[in-house]
Amino acid sequence: MADFLRLEGLEKRFGPAAVTRGVSLSAGRGEIVALLGPSGSGKTTVLRLVAGFETPDAGRILVEGEDVTALAPERRRFGMVFQHYALFPHMTVGGNVGFGLSGQSARAADTRGRVAEMLALAGLSGFEDRRVTEISGGQQQRVALARALAPSPRVLLLDEPLSNLDPTLREHTRRELKRAIRKVGITTLFVTHEQEEAFELGDRVAVLDRGRLEQVGTPEDLFERPATRFVATFIGRASVVPVVWDGGARLTDGPLWPAEAAASLAPGAAADLVVRPESLAFATAPRPDALPGSVTARRFAGRVAYFRVATAAGELEVLGAPDAAREGNRVLVVPAAGGPAPRVFPREA
Amino acid sequence: MTTQRRGAAAPLVTLLLFWLVGYPLVLTLAEALGAPRWTLDHVLEFARRPAEWSALWASLWISVATVVLAAAIGVPLAFVFERNEFPGRGLLGTLVALPVALPPLIGVLAFLFLYGESGFVSRGVQALFHLAEPPWRLSGPGAILLVHAYSMYVYFYMFTRAGLARLDGSLLEAAASLGAGRARVARTVMLPLLAPALSAAALLTFMTSLASFSAPYVFGGSFRVMTTQIVASKLNGDTSLAMVETVTLALVGLAGLWLLRRAEGARPATGGVRGIAPRRRELGARRRWAATAAGWGLTLFLLAPHATLLLVSLVPRNTWTTEALPPVLSLGNYRSLFSEAQRLTPIVNSLWMASAATALAILLGFGAAYLATRRRDRWATAMEGLVAAPWALPGTVFAVALAAAFSVNAPWAGRFVLVGTAAILPLGYLVRSLPLTGRAAFAGLRQMDPALEEAAASLGASRGRRLYRIVLPQVRPAIAAGASLAFLAALGDFVVSIVLYTYDTRPISIEILSSLRIQEIGAAAAYGVLLTTLSAAAFLVWGRRGSV
Repeated sequence: MADFLRLEGLEKRFGPAAVTRGVSLSAGRGEIVALLGPSGSGKTTVLRLVAGFETPDAGRILVEGEDVTALAPERRRFGMVFQHYALFPHMTVGGNVGFGLSGQSARAADTRGRVAEMLALAGLSGFEDRRVTEISGGQQQRVALARALAPSPRVLLLDEPLSNLDPTLREHTRRELKRAIRKVGITTLFVTHEQEEAFELGDRVAVLDRGRLEQVGTPEDLFERPATRFVATFIGRASVVPVVWDGGARLTDGPLWPAEAAASLAPGAAADLVVRPESLAFATAPRPDALPGSVTARRFAGRVAYFRVATAAGELEVLGAPDAAREGNRVLVVPAAGGPAPRVFPREA
Repeated sequence: MTTQRRGAAAPLVTLLLFWLVGYPLVLTLAEALGAPRWTLDHVLEFARRPAEWSALWASLWISVATVVLAAAIGVPLAFVFERNEFPGRGLLGTLVALPVALPPLIGVLAFLFLYGESGFVSRGVQALFHLAEPPWRLSGPGAILLVHAYSMYVYFYMFTRAGLARLDGSLLEAAASLGAGRARVARTVMLPLLAPALSAAALLTFMTSLASFSAPYVFGGSFRVMTTQIVASKLNGDTSLAMVETVTLALVGLAGLWLLRRAEGARPATGGVRGIAPRRRELGARRRWAATAAGWGLTLFLLAPHATLLLVSLVPRNTWTTEALPPVLSLGNYRSLFSEAQRLTPIVNSLWMASAATALAILLGFGAAYLATRRRDRWATAMEGLVAAPWALPGTVFAVALAAAFSVNAPWAGRFVLVGTAAILPLGYLVRSLPLTGRAAFAGLRQMDPALEEAAASLGASRGRRLYRIVLPQVRPAIAAGASLAFLAALGDFVVSIVLYTYDTRPISIEILSSLRIQEIGAAAAYGVLLTTLSAAAFLVWGRRGSV
């Protein structure tokens, strides 16, 4: 896919602290890219740089090859949905949605038509004259989306668009949001700290940590082939134990488990094994690759359960049937068939 | 939005603010130091005179005593109204705060008519006990303190009530559940939590008292405080000495501000969690009666001076001599206020000068706040400091400083002869009003969600359209509140006026004073009632509109 939106080496410092360090990223036309990371990872700053609310210290932002880095936000034609929606409290729903249109020297009738069209897209037909303070949080979120899309922006930016909704509403709104974005077919960049949200909405997900872009890829890429130790532990659940690289992962006082090296490692190098609960299982009979341990905790999760197992190599989390073991049981942990391959990363200082 | 587009606006506004606020002070300091000869002679002369030291000491102890008295009245009153439920609580609670909306000179006037030598109360006592002489004279430090306590307890009352309303009731309950009795809860939990409110009230009372001019001027007699001392030196033509006195008063004000701020900084921060205010106590029948009666009694007592003012304004000239109550009442004083050009001039003057000053103060205060809240640099700090500075310094200081700065024609140095022209009083009012409009604008803009303006920008709105359609509607309530206070302050101003007025630009306050001097108490009272009514109207109209 040809790059529609390109970020090149974006750097931003607030005082002595670097908030983004050389973030480069691109999105194809109509693609939805999620910026995922913990709080303080710089994801919102990246979004604000793209929107034009912050000026980068270095780097460029290009849309269809046009450099917009120095352009004021009002000239970029990017729509944005804010975390707290930022609906204008002194205007009606219609006033909010039409705000971006009245500057385009449009005829009043056209404006009204476009407002109605956008409200219909957001599932809020007939809400024009309602006060924004009188509608629910979910409706406010949809008004914010309709307002951002009304002037037909080139790029849509969403800052944690669902974080203000309660969990029961969030899932439904997420599906509605995706439907609306797909219908318009707009290139979208959105910020979230929730993996589930990123995976459901994003065609691709960009993971950020401490201002650095760690990996960009499809949800499957990130889950199964994490490029960095941070991505491996941030995406999904994983245990980290020290190992020695030996063509596989040699556990302390234990067996050699098959694993992929995420970077080139010399034989005998000290490394860390990152292994997901799905990649481990309990053995019922002694095997050469079995690691003995005892169950310290069990977390019931419906048809499965997560077991924390203390072993000589370190603590591991194992997925199993709810009745596979009880707290205090002695167990044998082995690599599971079919789970994502455990990955070995160079030991961090 | 923190995107910094370097323009000339911020430096220009900073420069303008400095010219208005900082420059006159710098010139005053220079004159106190005998510029351009640069000598400490004037300072030494100040230090040699016992009268200067006693005025300085008087300013200090009067201010401290005012804080103590105002707290002694205001704090218990706040507890009564905020913590108890009784009939009429809402209305009385508002009425009790009334003295704060009145110009200081009007309060002084009302006190004079009620408790003064020939006021109703002393006449009544004289008649009751068949005394040959009035039983007391309302003068000296006692009289000043009485007026101060009456007009400034409101700061303690309002701040303490606000503090109590903000208090998290669960903290008091937590203390009680841990076995603390009511006294211990009050001492160890409530009081420390109220400390910010109390110290803010103390600071405001101290600064207001230090700057107070009307009460010491009218009641002081030979008892001088720094503000009256400065004006006396100025009127005596002792300009250099007046400059040294002005600088001294400014320094005392700044020292007071610094000390109280430091005390505030040393206090551990209270949590930002806003809980539910403690529930009001329902009183038993007898105590309910007592609280209601006390509430009404107190309110009547507090409103009595204003009722007196109204009554005296109806007394025609030379009709009231020795009687306990005025024998004739008519609207003649009001008629002459509007039919005689001589008497109408001060009203017109006050109105146009206060309006012009307020309009400029809104423009400059909002402009500075808008520019400063959108950047994080030295210009922003400078603008905020300059806007707030007139609040920290007594009005007399600024009046004298403006008189010093704008009585010389040196355009290359930014100095013009404005003293004696119609421009100087509005300029003086403007400087005094800046903190009111500016701080309100700062507060309003800081409370505004910055994302609103960003949202408008992302929707393609230009800077002008964002300002007009988004920012102004959002901060209008704050600006309206600041503007109404600024207009009230300018309309009722006495302290700046007495230093800078000319006969042609004399405002209402000066006319009240001259009416008093020639024993036209009815006319003085009518002006007072008019000023009170205008103030209340401005307060209601702007305050109401702002709150919509």
